[in-house]
Amino acid sequence: MLRIQGLSKKFNKGTDNEIEVFNNFNLLIEENKCTAIIGPNGCGKSTLLNILAGSILPDSGNIILNKEDISNLSEEKRSKYIGRVYQDPSMGVSPSLTILENMSLADKKGEKFTLRRLIRKNNIDKYVELLKSLGLGLENKLNTKVKYLSGGQRQSLSLIMATMKHPDLLLLDEHTAALDPKTSHIVMEKTKELLDKYKITTIMISHNMKDAIEYSDRIIMLNKGRIILDKASKDTTEGELMDIYRAKLFEEIA
Amino acid sequence: MNSLIITSIEQGLIFAILAMGIFISYKVLNIADLSVEGTFPFGAFIFAKFIAMGVDPIISTILAFAIGTLAGLMTAVLFIKLKIKPLLAGILTMTMLYSVNLRINGKSNIPLFNYDSIFQLLPVLLLLALLVVVIKILLDTFLKTEIGYLLIATGDNETLVKSLGANSNKYKIIGLMLSNGLIALSGALMAQYQGFVDITMGTGVIVIGLASIIIGDTIKKNSTILANTTRAIIGAIIYKIIGGIAIDLGLAPSDLKAISAIIVILFIAYNNLAIDLFASIKKKGEGAYVKNTRLVKKV
Repeated sequence: MLRIQGLSKKFNKGTDNEIEVFNNFNLLIEENKCTAIIGPNGCGKSTLLNILAGSILPDSGNIILNKEDISNLSEEKRSKYIGRVYQDPSMGVSPSLTILENMSLADKKGEKFTLRRLIRKNNIDKYVELLKSLGLGLENKLNTKVKYLSGGQRQSLSLIMATMKHPDLLLLDEHTAALDPKTSHIVMEKTKELLDKYKITTIMISHNMKDAIEYSDRIIMLNKGRIILDKASKDTTEGELMDIYRAKLFEEIA
Repeated sequence: MNSLIITSIEQGLIFAILAMGIFISYKVLNIADLSVEGTFPFGAFIFAKFIAMGVDPIISTILAFAIGTLAGLMTAVLFIKLKIKPLLAGILTMTMLYSVNLRINGKSNIPLFNYDSIFQLLPVLLLLALLVVVIKILLDTFLKTEIGYLLIATGDNETLVKSLGANSNKYKIIGLMLSNGLIALSGALMAQYQGFVDITMGTGVIVIGLASIIIGDTIKKNSTILANTTRAIIGAIIYKIIGGIAIDLGLAPSDLKAISAIIVILFIAYNNLAIDLFASIKKKGEGAYVKNTRLVKKV
């Protein structure tokens, strides 16, 4: 379970460009469920994800993950509990290393890195098994450098790498936004399979309403740092979300 | 001519160690560390200091490496803790080392002919070749360890390193220290090889190091078997041989710096133009076709 308590964040504090993203924001995310966060640009969803991951520090507020307060942990300390897949397929991998080398690094996530050899022959079977489950044929390309893979392949690998050590929280940061519709669909399907298999508490940011409804258990819509909709995904329709979007947009223009 | 080739190879081997050092900062960590021109003579001056104190030449050489790593620590602290841009951090370290070098012995030029050197142990060429091979194997092995791979990943994608729960800054510090240690070691060897230490001996060495790496990259460009360290070594030797031939053809040693730069320009131009020509021939029709189908699908 993830609890966000009294979160406040301002950017460019004390200047003319001061922007208040969150003011006393509270949110409870249930365990082993996939929660989709949607909303227009600037609504605070990316900031929220960055605050959870620790790449941005909040002005105040607490983040409690499975009863442990992680608010004061640095980004790298937090990553022991958190897996993250980024919009840019290159962010979750080391492009100039091979698939095998990337998987081996991901396998050491949160552990101590030493002067022992990274590649262990007896782990390869485990990696092949994981890659096979993707069904993209990556298990035959273990020694291919990741920079030669397509965006979809790279993103699928990022997913496997982020979930390999079963993190307590998985953050999906518009992870299919940079992919074409067909690849995006494949990656979403793989994501669903992984989440069903491992049961990880997941927060997904998306601009794709259809995906958000289809692949999540709960939909939260943010606007200007406030929750304006919070519903079970199965009770939500795309049209309903679009209507709220349009109404909000109209409000802003008018 | 024959002795010229041997001299070139010997000097090439000394600069191969420098090139491996620059390889760590420039290629592995993706940081342009310009402190090299201060660290190279730094290593030489440290060696001169210890040998003059009566310390054994082997230990003096090792000390040059060990103390040389501090130059890397300095640059790393400047740009990690004080947020100075790496390029400027390197230049600041280099500038400071200039004064430090003069302070170490209080002189800008020290002859070493009266002291022992490690080249008395074995024939020069053999000793250097052994040293280079040992360093190469150690470095290759290191880059295959867990920490070594984190060093590569740090230069490649810092976000990934953080997401693995590791502090990428730590690996930048390790890398820069190792890099500068090797460069100082190369300086200490050069001092013993030429028999003197001079404050100007670092001028232009960064170009030599980069040239070595760039030349090395040109050899069998697409081969994945050839390790990057091997490329740096071969590059340094080829570079020195080209320089040797230039002198043999009657160019003055004072022209060498210009020749160095020209060699670098030629090799980079060759690398870039060859790729461009190849790519434009292959992709001309194809690229436009792919773009159009995407457009059609969208419509």
